[in-house]
Amino acid sequence: MSTPDELESQFAQWRQYLQKRPELRKADADELEDHLRGSVDELVGAGLRADEAFLVAVKRMGSLDDLSREFAREHSERLWKQLVLTGEPDGAVASRSRRDLIAMIVCAAGAALSIKVPALFGMDLEHDMSFYGPNLGLFVLPWLAGFLAWRRGAPKPLIGALAGLFVLGAVAANVFPLGDQSQTLVLTTIHLPIALWFAVGLSYVSDEPRSPRRRMDFIRFTGEWFVYCVLIGLGGIVLIAFTFGTFKAIGIVPETFVGQWLVPCGASAAVVVAGWLVEAKQSVVENIAPVLTRLFTPLFALGLLAFLVAVGVNGAGIDIERDALILFDLLLVVVLALLLYSISARDPLGPPTLFDTLQLALVVSALAIDVLVLLEIVGRISDFGTSANKAAALGENVILLANLAWAAWLTLGLVRRRKPFAAVESWQTTYLPVFAAWAWLVVLVFPPLFSFQ
Amino acid sequence: MKVTKDLVAASATPMVLGILAEEDSYGYAILRRINELSAGELDWTEGLLYPLLHRLERLGHVKSSWQSVAGERRRKYYSVTDTGLAELAEQRRQWATVVDTLKQIWTGPGDAGLAIAGGLA
Repeated sequence: MSTPDELESQFAQWRQYLQKRPELRKADADELEDHLRGSVDELVGAGLRADEAFLVAVKRMGSLDDLSREFAREHSERLWKQLVLTGEPDGAVASRSRRDLIAMIVCAAGAALSIKVPALFGMDLEHDMSFYGPNLGLFVLPWLAGFLAWRRGAPKPLIGALAGLFVLGAVAANVFPLGDQSQTLVLTTIHLPIALWFAVGLSYVSDEPRSPRRRMDFIRFTGEWFVYCVLIGLGGIVLIAFTFGTFKAIGIVPETFVGQWLVPCGASAAVVVAGWLVEAKQSVVENIAPVLTRLFTPLFALGLLAFLVAVGVNGAGIDIERDALILFDLLLVVVLALLLYSISARDPLGPPTLFDTLQLALVVSALAIDVLVLLEIVGRISDFGTSANKAAALGENVILLANLAWAAWLTLGLVRRRKPFAAVESWQTTYLPVFAAWAWLVVLVFPPLFSFQ
Repeated sequence: MKVTKDLVAASATPMVLGILAEEDSYGYAILRRINELSAGELDWTEGLLYPLLHRLERLGHVKSSWQSVAGERRRKYYSVTDTGLAELAEQRRQWATVVDTLKQIWTGPGDAGLAIAGGLA
């Protein structure tokens, strides 16, 4: 015969199992415990002894694995990196991570070797930038996309689509007669890697391309990947410094080795390795990108507001050179990145906070700057006629304007508690294909449109 | 007979919103009510119900709060919001279309399903 105390200790034990799972927060555990107690009460009422009732009730609740997997699907922001979406039992995890490691090494080696293939045909990084520039993404990103697609067990049609996109990119970079000094060469060099990055995104979300949550995961992935790349790059600089220093001490200058092999091969491999690190969550940096956005959102908001005040005091629009115009475009992209990452890191159920208001200030000031930049570009186009560069800048600013304007409207709704956070989130995930489409448009349509100038 | 997983998943949202539109409720009670109304044919798991409730909350269709009703444990109660009611109305409209269509197909002239059912009876 069990006493109430024994029953309580069983609940406590069950509770401990529950709390070991990172998918479940304390409030979820409370909710589920209440559920279990309801179930036990009913069974006791039906005539079972307390300990029997407990066993039956736990059994009815089903396996904790299944339960946490469902929670993980809904709350992917809590542990997006550990998502057990492949549905493997615990025992398979170890062999899985070993296979991941091998696949990563193969892909990283592939990327490192790819970048040296043109050298077989007598090209080198220093003298053939007009070849390497637009092709850079094509050497490396297919390997990263391949690794992700392999890891997800991507369906065949998707692999076909990926292959098609990379071939399309290769055609745009090499079949078009882009002049060595042309604007379209520069545009392709900038936009093709971005366009291909969205192909990587496609392989990342391969199980559910339409799911907003998976797209949000890809935004997180991009942020973490970037941070890992920077860290690996820093380590690389230290390695190069030591290689140089030590070999010089014995009278050998390893300039060719470092410049021709270590840097290009290392950087290509790092792209894949960083992707693997994010996937395998060997977390030296646990979700560092969201932390950085928390730090920099207020600072950027302040900076932008100060700039706007200065523009107002000066009374003149921004009348500047082309290079500075590009700087403003980059600034807007950084603001958008900050916005995306803070969205990806936010607790979707949390009430609006001061940070959301700050974010609104950031978006609104970016919007104002975007309008100023747009006016300037339109002015230049009407003064000097259009060119590939100006058309690309115009398009990018219009796309950003639309995104920021609606984001500002939704964030305002969030701050005033009129709209749920999900609206802000789903606007950004829905908008991702627009960026991808634009990048591909610049790569595929701009060169012929501006007769490869 | 058990209802297939796809059908359960598709009908879960309007059922939960409908129950909450009657009165505020909590997880276990919702599960019991579904079980009763379907005479045990709809057997929802906790892994279906709680993530669904949390998703509806994220979308702003329901709100939750921990409440202590006299004589009971502290519980997480859910209540439907205005957007939740709008969503429910929309889902009802869609379900009505589906059900009407099925009815017409199944009770039309020369209905095969009816013949089989008749044969069994």
